[in-house]
Order: sequence, then structure tokens, then C-alpha cells
Amino acid sequence: MASKVIQALYTDDDILMHAVKKVRAEHHHIEEVYTPFPVHGLDKAMGLEDTRIAITSFMYGCLGLTVAIVMMNYIMIEDWPQDIGGKPSFSYLENMPAFVPIMFELTVFFAAHLMVITFYLRSRMWPFKKAENPDVRTTDDHFLMELGIHDNEKELTALLWDTGAVEINVTEKDS
Amino acid sequence: MYTFSNRLKIGSFIAMAVGLICLATGFLSAPSTVEEAKAMVASAHGDGHGGGHGEEASSHAAEGDHAEKDTHGEAAAHGEEHDASHDEHVLHQLQNRPWSALYVAAFFFFMISLGVLAFYAIQRAAQAGWSPLLFRVMEGITAYIVPGGIIVFVILVLSVLHMNHMFVWMDADVVAHDKLLQGKAGYLNPTFFLVRAAIFLGGWIFYREYSRKLSLAQDESDDNSNFKLNFRISAAFLVFYLITESMMSWDWIMSVDPHWFSTLFGWYVFASMFVSGITVIAMVAIYLKSKGHLEDVNDSHIHDLAKFMFGISIFWTYLWFSQFMLIWYANIPEEVTYFITRIEDYKLPFFGMLAMNFIFPLLVLMNSDYKRVNWFVIMAGIVVLFGHYMDVFNMIMPATVGDQWYIGLPEIGGILFFGGLFVYWVFNTLTKQPLQPKRNPFIEESRQFHY
Repeated sequence: MASKVIQALYTDDDILMHAVKKVRAEHHHIEEVYTPFPVHGLDKAMGLEDTRIAITSFMYGCLGLTVAIVMMNYIMIEDWPQDIGGKPSFSYLENMPAFVPIMFELTVFFAAHLMVITFYLRSRMWPFKKAENPDVRTTDDHFLMELGIHDNEKELTALLWDTGAVEINVTEKDS
Repeated sequence: MYTFSNRLKIGSFIAMAVGLICLATGFLSAPSTVEEAKAMVASAHGDGHGGGHGEEASSHAAEGDHAEKDTHGEAAAHGEEHDASHDEHVLHQLQNRPWSALYVAAFFFFMISLGVLAFYAIQRAAQAGWSPLLFRVMEGITAYIVPGGIIVFVILVLSVLHMNHMFVWMDADVVAHDKLLQGKAGYLNPTFFLVRAAIFLGGWIFYREYSRKLSLAQDESDDNSNFKLNFRISAAFLVFYLITESMMSWDWIMSVDPHWFSTLFGWYVFASMFVSGITVIAMVAIYLKSKGHLEDVNDSHIHDLAKFMFGISIFWTYLWFSQFMLIWYANIPEEVTYFITRIEDYKLPFFGMLAMNFIFPLLVLMNSDYKRVNWFVIMAGIVVLFGHYMDVFNMIMPATVGDQWYIGLPEIGGILFFGGLFVYWVFNTLTKQPLQPKRNPFIEESRQFHY
């Protein structure tokens, strides 16, 4: 379904922040904000929820630790408990200090890589992905705020000009 | 201006008095003859003692107190002679116990203020923007370095005067029969030992007093020259500190096991004092904030301190494990005895401190939200401080009292006495000056700090 959106362009992140706060105060829903760099506090101003990616990372780390322990317990203790240079292969605990470097590295490996992959999946990013850029200038020096229009184009335009926008476009958007 | 609350003052005096009584009881109940020592061991071990005697005696050979080691080998052939030397060995251990309890507690609280001093110098040298609000708190804690350092020095002097047997290399008879100690006598001799201790303490106390003076002068001055000078001397102090701290750890801690050595020991002791120091900064800051002082200190400052507690706890564990694993893996007899005695006789304190210093802070302080909850940081801090007391305990006790250890009156008395003295001295210093620096160039940034 095609819907009409209004896009306001700004040239300064401070003005953008004030605009976001003002638009939110007027109870309009902001669909998206495009910025060339991270603007501190923008997520708070837009009222976005906190990310939960750190929690996933913790769980991936636990998974990595489990994989390391199960793997080495099977290989070194259960499958073929050889005497290698007098190391005590009788139980996992007895030989554990030797396994700690691998336990640590696999924990970090799982936590880091799976978290990054989670981030890509959640953000819908992959190599041949079509860029969703409404205006090329937003990757350089412009900031763009996008609002949906629900038969209130005039009112929104006036409000956005009021917040210090340098340019306002109304476009059809496939969603 | 902060006023020392009466309850805290009385509390610290009571702790000192009770601690003193416990310590005195410990010293009075230490045996003075072999017969008394035998009776104490017999009553402690009960009837089960006879059976375990043989094993116990053989494990003594590996113990830190090497005084008997040479005679031990010969004595094994002659049963009676062996018993006599073993009994004397136990007597020395029991006599060492109140001294070691005193020394561990004295060093623990001294090391907290030294760790805070290092943290303070780093904040100054790094020109950190978040911490200047806490400078007066840190200066208050480092004030304890003067009485604490002097007490540690006095204990070292008393050791040199043969009031105790904590440092076996100070005993001329032992050195005369020990090739290894003769080889180390160029470094480990009583005069040079005390001279070094005086240089370390002199340098640390000098920096603390001078930096405090400049910090106070900056408040009254109309330019930043005091601040700049403080920056320079802090950078210079850090160089001095890293060298002397490492040597101090060889002298004051590693030399109780004079046959053993480890190259990363200085760093290991540093990590322990650094994390305890940061923990105490956080706890004192939270206490003062809860009493309505330090109103500009917000949760973000506490969050930063808690992050340091978390990170340095892991750094401590990294060093602990690196030292343990390298020695365990190679299993070279002259090095591995250090850990064998600890694992055999100190299983619970040795692995318990790992739970308190690593697993607990790791799980509790990982969550960003919890680091902003003040009572959460206090609870974590208490566990971390107990963990690091156990760390010092595990470094000193196995060499001085061996398997005769127990956390009883002298140990608790030591903690109470020095804890009381520490609280009294720190909070008394905090009353001397306003708790917020006025003209620090970073003070406004620190006031606005949020994370």
C-alpha cells in the first residue's frame, strides 16, 4: 500500500533534536529519522526502546562456554584420556586450568560473532541489500525526519517549517 | 563542610578497642614453649590427631617456613629427633599467628589507601573529566597512608628485631644453613630491607602530602599553575609508584616465602590494591552522598566507579590465573610448592576468594542498570573487600603459620582494629576541607557528567 509521507530536512543536529522533541510534544508519530552520524540522545528524544542486544550477547557467551566445556570434556577426558606430558586427564576439573584459555576464547568468540550476526539480522543488513536512502544528502551533511500524513498535510508542513527545516518534501512511499 | 557523625566516630573507637582486645588475647594465648604448643595442637585436633600425624609431618617439608627443611631430611631417619624439630616448627607457626593476623590486616588497610593514591594519580595524569568531584574523597582515603604506612613499617622493624618469625630470611641461623638464602642475601638483608621500605613509604607519603597541598592551593589561586604542577608530579609519581610497588610486593609479601619467586607478583598485588581502593572510593562516596554531602555526585559517577570495580576485578583474576596456570602447567618443583601448600591447607580461602573476587563481581556488576543502584554497589563492594582481605591472607599465612591457620580472635581483631583506625582517620580528614574542589579546571565537566 502506498502512503504519503512528509520529509523535513535539517542541517544541524541540535535543530533536529529540538524538532524531534517539538513534533513528539504535538503527538505526531515520527516514522524515521535519517542522520549521517550518531546523534547523542536522539533515541531518548524519539522515545525508542532500549536495545536488548547486550542480553543476547550474554546468552551467546554462555552458549560458547558450554560448547567449550562439552567439547573438551568429550575429547580430552571421555573419548581418549591419554597421558600427555603427565597432565591429569582423570576428570575435567583436575585438568581444567589447561582448558581455561579455550573456554575464555570460545566464550568471547560466540558472544561477539553471534551478537554481530544478530545485529545484522535485526537491522536487515546484508551485502546485496538495496539501500533505503530517501535522500543522498542524509549520508553527508543533512538530517531528515519522516512523518506519515493522515489528511493533515497543511498542519504538518506548518509545524515542520516552524521547527527550522531547510526543505520539506511530500512523497509517496511504498511500505 | 562535612562533620564527622558521632555515631560513626564512636563506632570506629569501639571497633579499635574491641580489635585491640582481640589482638592482645591473640598475643597472650600464643604458646611460648614447645609443651604449650603441643597441648594446643592436641586440643585443637582432638583424638583424630594421631592417625594423621605422619602425613601432616611430611607435608611440612613443602611448607613456606623452610627453617626446618634441612634438618627435616635427616630427621626422617631418626624418629625422636624428627618429632622434636616438628614440634618446634609448630611452635613457631603458632607464635607467628597473632603477628601474621596483625600484619595481614595492617597491610590490607594500608594497601587500600595506596591503591586509592594510584587511582588518584592516574585521574590527575589522565586529566579525567568525570572524577574531580571525587578528588577530596580520594584525598581523604589516602590520608590513611601516613599512619597505616608507619604501622606497617614498625611491624617490619619488629620483625627485623626478631620479635617474630614471619620472615625466615631474617634469621641468621636459617641463612647459615641455606644456600638459596645466602645467594639472595645481597638483596634480602635486614638493613637494605628497611632502607628500601623507608624509601617506598617516604616517596608515597611525600607525593600524597604534596599533591594534597597543591590541590588545596588550586582552590584559592587565580591561575592554574598549581593544577599543572600537580599534573606533572602525578605523572612522575606513577613512574616511581610502579617501580616501588613492585619492589614492595617482593619485599613485604613475596619474601615470606623466600625460596619462591614469581615475575608477575608485583602486578598481582597491584591489581588487588587497586580494586580494593576503587571499591572503597565508591563506598565512601555513596555513604557521603546518602548523608546529603556531595550533592553533585550522581549515579553516573557511581556507575563509572562500579565499572572500574568490575573491570579491575577481572584484571585481578587474569593475573591470578596467569600466575597459577603457568606454575601449575609447568609443575616445576621449586615453584609449585607455593600452590601445593595453599591448595592442601587453604582450600576454602584459596578458592573461596576466587568466587568472591571474580565470579561474584562478574555476575553482579555486569548489568549496566545494577551499577547505578547504590546499595547494590555497596553490597558488591563488601564482598570484594572481604575477597581481597582473603587474598592478602592467602599470600601471607601459608608461609608464616602453615596449616595452623584459623580465622579467630587475632584475625578478626586485626580487621576490627585497623578498620576502625581507617574509618576514623579517613573521615576525620574529610572534615578538614570542603568536599568539593572549587577551581579545578574540570570541575564543571565533572558536575555535568552523565553517562
